[in-house]
Amino acid sequence: MTAPLLEIDDLAISYKVGDHDQRVVHGVSFRVDRGEVVALVGESGSGKTTTAQAVLGLLAGNGRIEQGAIRLNGIDIAHWPQKRFDTIRGAVVALIPQDPGSSLNPVRTIGAQVAEVLQIHGRGDRRAIRTRTLDLLTRVGLLPAEMRADQYPHELSGGMKQRVLIAIAVALNPDLIVADEPTSALDVTVQRVILDLIDELRRENGTAVLLVTHDLGVAADRANRLVVLQGGRIQEQGAVKDVLAAPQSAYTRRLLSDAPSLTKVRPARRAPGSGEDFAIVVERLTHDFPVGGTAKRFRAVDDVSFKVCRGTTHAIVGESGSGKTTTIRGVVGFLKPTAGRIRIDGEDMTTLKGEALRRFRRNIQLVYQNPFGSLDPRQTISQIVEEPLLNFAPPPKAERAKKVADMLHRVGLPETFLGRHPRALSGGQRQRVAIARALVLDPRVLVLDEAVSALDVTVQAQILALLDELQKALGLTYLFVSHDLAVVQQISDTVSVMYKGRQVDGGPVDTVFARPNSDYTRELIDAIPGRKAPMLALSTASVRG
Amino acid sequence: MTSETHGESGAPDIAAIEAAQPGWLVRLRRVPLTLALAWLVVFIVLLWAVAPGLFTSYSGTVGVPGEQLRPPSLEHMLGTDGLGRDLYARIVYGAVHSLSGAFVAVTVGLLSGTLLGLIAGARGGWTDAAIMRLVDSMLAVPSLLLSLSIIVLLGFGTVEVAIAVGAVSVARFARLARSEVIRVRHSDYVEAAFGSGGTFWAVLWRHILPNSLTSVIALAALQFGSAILAISTLGFLGYGAPPPTPEWGLLIAEGRNYLSRAWWLTAASGFVVVLVVLAADRISKAIGKTTP
Amino acid sequence: MIRYLIGRVGQALLVLMVTFSAAFLLLQALPGDAIMIKFMSPDMALSADQIAEIRSAYGADLPIWERYFRTLANFLTGNFGYSIQAGVPVSQQLQVNLPPTLQLASLGFLTAIILTITIAALSNVVGMGWLRAAIQSMPSLFISVPVFWLGIMLIQVFSFQLGLVSVISPGPVERLILPVLTLAIPISAPMSQILMRNIDEVLAQPFVAVAKAKGASHTWVLWRHVVRNAVLPMLTIAGVLFGELLAGAVVTEAVYGLNGLGGLTNQAVGNHDTAVLQAIVVISALAFVSINLVVDLLYPVLDPRLGTKLSMTA
Repeated sequence: MTAPLLEIDDLAISYKVGDHDQRVVHGVSFRVDRGEVVALVGESGSGKTTTAQAVLGLLAGNGRIEQGAIRLNGIDIAHWPQKRFDTIRGAVVALIPQDPGSSLNPVRTIGAQVAEVLQIHGRGDRRAIRTRTLDLLTRVGLLPAEMRADQYPHELSGGMKQRVLIAIAVALNPDLIVADEPTSALDVTVQRVILDLIDELRRENGTAVLLVTHDLGVAADRANRLVVLQGGRIQEQGAVKDVLAAPQSAYTRRLLSDAPSLTKVRPARRAPGSGEDFAIVVERLTHDFPVGGTAKRFRAVDDVSFKVCRGTTHAIVGESGSGKTTTIRGVVGFLKPTAGRIRIDGEDMTTLKGEALRRFRRNIQLVYQNPFGSLDPRQTISQIVEEPLLNFAPPPKAERAKKVADMLHRVGLPETFLGRHPRALSGGQRQRVAIARALVLDPRVLVLDEAVSALDVTVQAQILALLDELQKALGLTYLFVSHDLAVVQQISDTVSVMYKGRQVDGGPVDTVFARPNSDYTRELIDAIPGRKAPMLALSTASVRG
Repeated sequence: MTSETHGESGAPDIAAIEAAQPGWLVRLRRVPLTLALAWLVVFIVLLWAVAPGLFTSYSGTVGVPGEQLRPPSLEHMLGTDGLGRDLYARIVYGAVHSLSGAFVAVTVGLLSGTLLGLIAGARGGWTDAAIMRLVDSMLAVPSLLLSLSIIVLLGFGTVEVAIAVGAVSVARFARLARSEVIRVRHSDYVEAAFGSGGTFWAVLWRHILPNSLTSVIALAALQFGSAILAISTLGFLGYGAPPPTPEWGLLIAEGRNYLSRAWWLTAASGFVVVLVVLAADRISKAIGKTTP
Repeated sequence: MIRYLIGRVGQALLVLMVTFSAAFLLLQALPGDAIMIKFMSPDMALSADQIAEIRSAYGADLPIWERYFRTLANFLTGNFGYSIQAGVPVSQQLQVNLPPTLQLASLGFLTAIILTITIAALSNVVGMGWLRAAIQSMPSLFISVPVFWLGIMLIQVFSFQLGLVSVISPGPVERLILPVLTLAIPISAPMSQILMRNIDEVLAQPFVAVAKAKGASHTWVLWRHVVRNAVLPMLTIAGVLFGELLAGAVVTEAVYGLNGLGGLTNQAVGNHDTAVLQAIVVISALAFVSINLVVDLLYPVLDPRLGTKLSMTA
């Protein structure tokens, strides 16, 4: 037996913050064998990215390896100077980065950036490098390669940019590729294609991959072995099959039960309301935007109709550019549609304006995707939750304070939070505040715009549970916008699938998932990561209960 | 269920927050040395302006015959000028002229500029276009030339110079205030405030104004330094307060006549200007960093 | 693209028109005019009729809007009126005074660029913490120094104390050394501040990490990835820098007693010679607007991102 390709032994890494060292990786040990895919799974702050950066010698300036070894082909590289790292980076270890959008130099052509890795390591003269560059572009499916080579990054879509970065990573046939969340910035259908491409190339060349991901579904689909990290410590590691079938640590069990894509048993939903009691009725909604000062118009939403029964959840699913955001901005009254009607509780939103629209807003509230941007950083939590009350014949001060405190309790936050500012809260806590603000006016409809997409899966599960509980207690109607089919399947009663501004599928969730009407919906369902994973042994109920 | 999940995810966060919010004494100790020095400089110069008599027993305008052009000594900390006036006393008594001038200039720029920018950013459309073209035109003329043009209109003098310098900064304040207003206006929390039924004025008062002001105040601190520079420049060129006013720019100009014999006259007065401007620059940077 | 071009040129012309009108209003319409100052003085001993005659010769007795359009038409044909004080056409005065100022300004600008590059390069190469901090705080110091004081101090140190540069009878090159330095140091301050900030921002970009992951050395990354991305945005402050240069030249000329636009401006202000001042204001605005226009039109050529964005929207 030869040494493993990569062996990480009792690694500890700290960052210098102010005048003290903060340790973020505590004694992590694992190995990657030749040709193997090992997934480093964890939520934000788990130290997974830091560990991956250390393998490439790319720790941030204030980062430092405190102890342990990183052995590549048996040689400890943990304390190598940067100059020495330059000889192996690109050639022996390569990187596929997280955000393709900003990972390519905007002022240099695609071809130049692929060729660069060959130039740095002196692989051939100009002509040989050009030929090899075109081969690589062809191999990752960027065709015609000659044209693509002369394009600039902004002329390519996110998926195409990630293909370029993959071409760069495989250019010198490295032994190990570190893929740091390679698809988290991409749409789910693109994600699948990109992961397939990485899979294919690594099989071809026998390359090992260290796959860093927050998505257990992706890890389950693509890896041979899993390393589960939490707070800089390994919770569990082993073959994917074993970990999924019989997780040893409580954290892994929670992660598994909270990952919507791996949860095969979903809580029973109410049957869609039988009566004609619709809280939201959208009829033939169409929305055009002018294009750059010309007479041309771009149709963002095209003839979309759906109805939502009171007390149920309707989901709008789609990838970027599908028109889902435009649709709900019309529903909450921020955009006037070009054509069509939107009725909330029988009232036609599209005809309201000025003071009447302002008064009507208390019936329908919006929760935003980014809890960091939707709360005013200068207000305290109590001011944030109280503000909507001030807009409509405010009750006396004491009554308001009581209402705010009640609402905070309702969303599961302690009263001690009242005087704090948003910056002192975590993402999940902020989202709870945003929900409290939305509910303080007792609205009938709550619109949730990707409201859990920015959160870690365990936090996401908590917020989804909270939403479920509030719906039952208050009889709320939800309009839930998401790109994540797995989440939608878990929490909604009815669904509209949108693609390029059109509604391509719609109806009860079970029906749509079991018998999709359109190829696009089918593709979307197939692309949900984690579907290849073996059935989980444990049920959601046993963990949640 | 919710309180339970909160217990799990919330507890460590709260602990971390409590640890990160130290008492005022600890926070005071964390103020960088350079920032503390900058505030000290501003504080001392302010005291000079308010109560110059506390700092020197000499007069700022009347010289002592026979004491001309003395080098720095225990008696005359910074020496004396060509008319036998104590230079240190002149700098102390001059503070009020330079500071009040800069104060007037910044007030003029801050008030009218911010108002213009606020209106432009909040109203948009034609109002915005008209105001911004006006602002563009003001920026198109080099600041010194613009100041000089206004001085030609208003005449020479301390207040006139202050207003001329302030008018130049109107365009800068307007541009910054407008872009801040637009930035804040596009944030989710402002939309959420409208979405929860807020009226335009309520949202302007509760969210847009407080969140746009930080950078405007940082610019005000920076402009305070620039105004002192500009006022001393105009004073040097002879458009400000007439002699024997101990205005700092004038002190430098007067010292120039004795450069070969008493170089410290010019050096010391200029050094004070540099210190005050540096302090304003440092404070401005510190304000700019305090984004909540 | 054509649409953008027309819009951009139109905007530039509009700004120029507003500047011209404001300058006219400020300098010619409102103040007590220069003719009064010069000819009312008792030394002249002119009668009221004679003054009225002079006024009508200068066009000062016409209604304001007529004067406005006359002046505008004159400016468009390159006629900037007469200097009341000197009694010669303003354009003639400009012909004499513009070249030395332009020479001083361009030499100052070049020196400022050299200073900027030196400071930015040093702050990225020097390893020692305190030295690096000292280099990085230099722009803040430079920006806080009054130009005129800097000039005087340079004379004091280099001429009087060290005797390196002669002030009595300097050669043509020697004569310019100190003024150019005086002008360059304050101008280099904002330039190096912006350049250093840009470099730091680019270094934090993910594409720099990708380049390092390819095996590129620090120098390789700096030259092939950072420089262009950091320098390009500097073009946008070219117009403002020009204004600062001109203002700096006015002061520098005053300190060193050099002939040029500075001297002309100072005389004009002192004598309320508003025609001269208005010509200088309008010409510098024209230069500012042209520089910005050129930068705006050039930028899409240099930055591929903007190039396509424009052709897509046009």
